[in-house]
Amino acid sequence: MSGVLRRLSAGGIVGLAILVFWVAMALFGSVVAPHEAGAIVDMEVFLPVSAQFPFGTDYLGRDMFSRVLHGTRYTVGVALIAALIASGSGLLLGMCAAVWGGWVDGIISRTLDTLISIPSKMFALVVVAAFGSSVPVLILMAGVIYTPGAYRIARSLAVTVNAQDFVTVARARGEGTLYLVREEILPNILGPVLADFGLRFVYIVLLLAGMSFLGLGVQPPNADWGSLVRENMAGLHEGAPAVLMPAFAIASLTIGVNLAIDVLSGGRRSGEAG
Amino acid sequence: MAAQLEVRNLEVRARNAAGEEVPIVRDASFSLAKGEVLALIGESGSGKTTIALSLLGYARPGCRIAGGSIRLGETDVLALSRRELREFRGRRVSYVAQSAAAAFNPSRTIMAQVTEMALLHGAASREAAERRAVDLFRSLALPDPEGIGARYPHQVSGGQLQRLMAAMALIAEPELVVLDEPTTALDVTTQIEVLRAFKQVVKGSGTTAVYVSHDLAVVAQMADRILVLRNGEMQETGSTARILAAPGNAYTRSLLAAAAPMPRGADAAPDAPPLLTVKGLFAGYGRGGSGGLPAVPVLRDVDFTIRRGSSLGVIGESGSGKSTLARVIAGLLPAARGEVLLDGKALPPALAQRTPAQLRRIQLVFQSADTALNPRRSVAGILGRPITFFHGAKGAERDRRMKRLLDLVQLPAALADRQPGELSGGQKQRVNLARALAAEPDLILCDEVTSALDTVVGAAILDLMDGLRRELGLSTMFISHDLHTVRSVCDEVMVLYAGARVEAGSRRGIQEAPWHPYTELLISSVPELRQGWLEERGSVRGPEAQDTRKPACAFFPRCGQAIPGTCDVVAPPRRRLSKGAEILCHREEAELMRAAIPSGP
Repeated sequence: MSGVLRRLSAGGIVGLAILVFWVAMALFGSVVAPHEAGAIVDMEVFLPVSAQFPFGTDYLGRDMFSRVLHGTRYTVGVALIAALIASGSGLLLGMCAAVWGGWVDGIISRTLDTLISIPSKMFALVVVAAFGSSVPVLILMAGVIYTPGAYRIARSLAVTVNAQDFVTVARARGEGTLYLVREEILPNILGPVLADFGLRFVYIVLLLAGMSFLGLGVQPPNADWGSLVRENMAGLHEGAPAVLMPAFAIASLTIGVNLAIDVLSGGRRSGEAG
Repeated sequence: MAAQLEVRNLEVRARNAAGEEVPIVRDASFSLAKGEVLALIGESGSGKTTIALSLLGYARPGCRIAGGSIRLGETDVLALSRRELREFRGRRVSYVAQSAAAAFNPSRTIMAQVTEMALLHGAASREAAERRAVDLFRSLALPDPEGIGARYPHQVSGGQLQRLMAAMALIAEPELVVLDEPTTALDVTTQIEVLRAFKQVVKGSGTTAVYVSHDLAVVAQMADRILVLRNGEMQETGSTARILAAPGNAYTRSLLAAAAPMPRGADAAPDAPPLLTVKGLFAGYGRGGSGGLPAVPVLRDVDFTIRRGSSLGVIGESGSGKSTLARVIAGLLPAARGEVLLDGKALPPALAQRTPAQLRRIQLVFQSADTALNPRRSVAGILGRPITFFHGAKGAERDRRMKRLLDLVQLPAALADRQPGELSGGQKQRVNLARALAAEPDLILCDEVTSALDTVVGAAILDLMDGLRRELGLSTMFISHDLHTVRSVCDEVMVLYAGARVEAGSRRGIQEAPWHPYTELLISSVPELRQGWLEERGSVRGPEAQDTRKPACAFFPRCGQAIPGTCDVVAPPRRRLSKGAEILCHREEAELMRAAIPSGP
């Protein structure tokens, strides 16, 4: 572990710090926030940044800082669970397809290819139109949309490892699929798969922010960062922090995750060399 | 005559894992007269390639030329600017790498790539460059010298590509050519044609050359002088004749000793019961071939027996089906027809139908220990798994067995905690072997286990395997493209050509004429450790035949003894020779004897 820390670059430290901060806010944001999410704290709307209201106030005079912290749960939490679903099922299916090959591989690959051919935004709109917008629906929808991409990466990595002689030796010994996948293949593809997980997470954050901006994401009274941008659009021409701050939050999260991914994949690479 | 190339006190440094700079080449000094060929010889890590690359003013990433001087003609190579180096490389010094397949761009024609260097440097017009390329193709004995330039790299064979790369290096008429193991990746039968072409072109044009190799026998054919390297230090330098006849240095003597074949083991008792019997085996890839055979047949009607405690060598060039044979026996590729009997009982063709006991008795050892060992597991994990899997041993019992295994393959017990990346090539191959032994098998299938190793390390592995075979009463099937290796460890030898068993006999039998014409070609293609061998050996009909029809005898297009009208239409019969071997040929024993090369190997 200390070896990993020693290899950290300045960018990596910043990325990890941002990530840790937002994850902590997703867990404890509602406790730390100075005000309730819905509390109107001032009669003035679109107040600028001040010591009392670090992010200003929104279109109803609510504290933006508190609203962003409350919203973290929806943006980071929902995206994290959806990314876990996407990468987890992609990884599992990808490794099974690589190890079993033949018709199993054919069926899984063709099914997911079909899914990937539907435009993701359109698919999301149809799902929300059909089932309404709720947190579980959003999580499942984003998870399904990003499974084929995760599957493609995991499968191609697993196919390469599966062709190596050490897997052939284990197979000739009569080892079962579970052992092959868990002991021989997974440890050798985990680095790139983790990096891909980070990317999926960012894609999902952006997809959900986009959905919320259209009013189809997390519904009031709850609000994720995308909804916060949308509801405060009227303040944009005044340059109100209420519309800029949630946008900055989205940007800082995606940049932070990308910086952290570089450390993760780079760290594992140099580990392989040594 | 002034030296064409002069290297003085060259030092190259590299950064190691701890970030410290250590010298990897120390105090190398040598000079070369115009038209001379110098061989740099040594094991991996000896610095031979590092020195060769520094002649181009190049150091690999992480390395740095730290001191000394290199002078080519009037030019101080190390003083050249980046821009001048670009002009210098290709024009005045050029490089031929080990793998031509990796050096050619698959999406451009051969002619475009061969002439690129001359055009880039503005050394010649396109017409002149192409004319010179065709001349080079002709002197490199390439088929269809006028037309081959229009083809793409995948449309020619590996040996042809290697010669085309030499043409690429020579197109701008450089003063110095650096050849880095240019024939190491080739089959022996291909290597000899490539060597002959190289020698003719280099000698014919009076080019000064540096030839990097680990193979003394190859170097003996090519070089005027030899420089022996070890761990980045010069051991000995002298004329090829002197080094071969009277090596002054202990290390050079050990290299020479390892290069000469050394018989190991005694012939197993011929009355030992058969362990593995293979009858009428057909196998291949893909479905839908005629008569229930695979679409791409690889093995055709192969029969053989491995007796208990004996060792069978399987030789053939790449694509002969020798690795497929190991996969079929191990159950990884079910046979299309024929049977595999273990102790007289038929083994199910597919892995899934075999019992754990059957799987335990046959173990595989692969060529490259780099891909054969999981890089993410420790040696203890790699060896512990088969112990637990086959014998159910856990905890202290497993550790005890593991210790004994490491002991058997002569590795210190402390290595158990290391990961494969921390081991040397020889150590990895020993762990690879220990994993197979962990199952306590009756038969080990060894696929080219020494091909990726240096001669000295490989010889140590062969000694180890021979000792283990006798100590544990193991049988082995030893797959190799190297006749020396097989002759030195195996009691019996089988020669495969295009999936058919063209000759099978005892080790003694394989050393005596007459042979199947293909066996003879193989034997006579192994370079001998003396100068002049290449010139003495007459040319055989090359492997360039481009006939797309499948002749009845697959070797027909390359065979010096072929009978047109018979061999290409009638399948060759099995014929028993008086030396005890069985071959697949139309020719009578007396005819083969007359045609056999006069001096046996």
